[in-house]
Amino acid sequence: MLDNLFLLIGITLMYSTPLIFGGLGGMVSERSGVVNIGIEGMMTVGAATGVSVAYFTGNPWFGFLCAGLAGGLIALLHAIASITFKADQTISGIAINLMGSGISLFMCRLLFDGATHTPAVERKIPKLFGDTRITGVAKNLNVDLTVIFALVLAVVLWFVFYKTKWGLRIRAVGEHPAAADTLGINVALTRYVCVVISGVLAGFGGASVTLAIISQFSPTAISGQGFIALAAVIFGKWTPHGVYGACLLFGFAQALTIILGGGNFAVPSQILSMLPYVLTIIILILFVGRSVAPKASGVAYEKGAR
Amino acid sequence: MEKIVNLLKKQITSTIIAILCGFIVVAILLTLTGYSPFEAFGILFNGIFSKPKYISQVIIKATPIILTGISVAFAFKVGLFNIGAEGQYIMGTIAATVAGILFDFPPVLQIPVVVLSGVCAGGIYGAIVGFLKAKYGIHEVITSIMLNWIAFYLGNFVVNTQRFHQPDSTGTYIINESGFTMFLYGWKRSEEGKAFLMEHPVLLDVILKTDVNFGIVFAIIVAVAVAILLKKTTKGYELRSVGFNKDAAEFAGIDVKKNILHAMLIAGAVAGLAGALTITGMSPHKISTMGTFENYGFNGMSVALIAGSSPIGCIFAGLLFAGLLYGGGSLQSAIGAPSEIINIMIGTIVFFVALTKIVPVLADKLVKRGEKHAR
Repeated sequence: MLDNLFLLIGITLMYSTPLIFGGLGGMVSERSGVVNIGIEGMMTVGAATGVSVAYFTGNPWFGFLCAGLAGGLIALLHAIASITFKADQTISGIAINLMGSGISLFMCRLLFDGATHTPAVERKIPKLFGDTRITGVAKNLNVDLTVIFALVLAVVLWFVFYKTKWGLRIRAVGEHPAAADTLGINVALTRYVCVVISGVLAGFGGASVTLAIISQFSPTAISGQGFIALAAVIFGKWTPHGVYGACLLFGFAQALTIILGGGNFAVPSQILSMLPYVLTIIILILFVGRSVAPKASGVAYEKGAR
Repeated sequence: MEKIVNLLKKQITSTIIAILCGFIVVAILLTLTGYSPFEAFGILFNGIFSKPKYISQVIIKATPIILTGISVAFAFKVGLFNIGAEGQYIMGTIAATVAGILFDFPPVLQIPVVVLSGVCAGGIYGAIVGFLKAKYGIHEVITSIMLNWIAFYLGNFVVNTQRFHQPDSTGTYIINESGFTMFLYGWKRSEEGKAFLMEHPVLLDVILKTDVNFGIVFAIIVAVAVAILLKKTTKGYELRSVGFNKDAAEFAGIDVKKNILHAMLIAGAVAGLAGALTITGMSPHKISTMGTFENYGFNGMSVALIAGSSPIGCIFAGLLFAGLLYGGGSLQSAIGAPSEIINIMIGTIVFFVALTKIVPVLADKLVKRGEKHAR
């Protein structure tokens, strides 16, 4: 029983980690007033870059960092479009998704002789207790280090957003850019920084799939996590703790699906697989209700406009 | 001067600029990676235009994404983001397949029954999103994403039920032939038809070797109907006001919640129609176990964006999209360039569509500066 419980916790954490990175990334960007629907694409680029770099250098940490860098670079495109050119942020985000998966597979084919998936990396990101030979109860709790990073990240973001002046500035820019501007806050710069950070985090999220959970990139490595993360941002009402909780809940439902699937239940596996999604909708209906986006989210800031 | 400004202000100009930019970026990328862009584009165009069969294929492939494009575009006009076209499309294919296998009426009855089942399934699925948004204020993007996955697993579930699963395959049974919507399906397989086609190689190529079907006719009718609904009717006026300014619409006495529900119902129905027509008009006329999404709905989003959310524009954007995908398929085998280059191109085009929204603004500034100088 206890074993199963720990297994449940272990799988929950494993599934939710990439979502937490992606979701927190999306939150940072949207809090500054830029809708980032391109999380999926940024995660895909991160997943492909992380594994490719780790494969050639043999160092998973370097791969992880480069994944963030690649995610940030793609996010920079989104920032240029939506901040400097004041383009429609939804359209630009969708374009990022299309380009992200295209570029990742294109790169993969060029680097690995036309294959759409990379070879497996030799060294993955280590586990919490290092050794994978640990047995007993602790075995199921021996989670990837990325799980810990995700938790730390959520705490740090909470602190930054609610306890520091930078956080206040970001929130001001997202709620009322004109007011923030009159107080001398550089709206464009703040938004640029936030969007790029969101890409870096999404890149980490992608790499936490390919460098910690599985050990290679394939066209289906990132399939929908970015969109679930997007849902978690709204679900979590644009707060770091809310997003973290929403992702955990989603990971928990996934874990439940897996554990129940292993038992002798008379429910077909496909129906069981719907559980996380149905559960999310039910919880939204019952508890969460209306969530209100940052006021200026999705609107380009026009100096002097009323 | 004025002429140029007016030209720049037209949306079609922005779109064409965006498409050109897409080609330029891809040409640069190809050059950088050691492929000849001219050769690549040559293969691309040959793959679309060199044989009547290819053109026919492109039109066939375009049909579903034109419809999902209209679905997304329509929702956009009402201020809703229908990321759920994918799920509505899947529901359309499931319902059409189930109806097509269960019933076997004469074609006059069977085709409407099968197609309408798909339309209803998609419509109801869309309406769920609209209902949850109107009643509980749940963001349509979340519910749509969740419902996409639910439809995905439901499809896989139906494929694996005993009633529908065809043994030793990954799919269901094929729907009854009475539900097929191919052009001259019976005739082209009769002796007389075959003999006639043998004498006309061009027709043979098009009619016998591809699934020429009535889908595109439906797609055009729907595009025109949706355009008329939005522009010429009271309902369309209400829907557009809700999309333009919800509060103002409410103040003017328009029932915002009801319109959101109706909008999602219609958007879902159109996406469901896309699914149903895929089943009735194209082989393999059945659904199979899905490993990942087939992207008909997601591609519809790109189509709607390239079309600037105009239903009529979706026809052309859908043809362009299908052409690039179909023509680009041969790039890999012909010169070894990864065919994903096409996805990058479509992404770039959509990206520049977002950027070129600035062109009309610049054109305005151009005029104003001109006026200042004139004074």
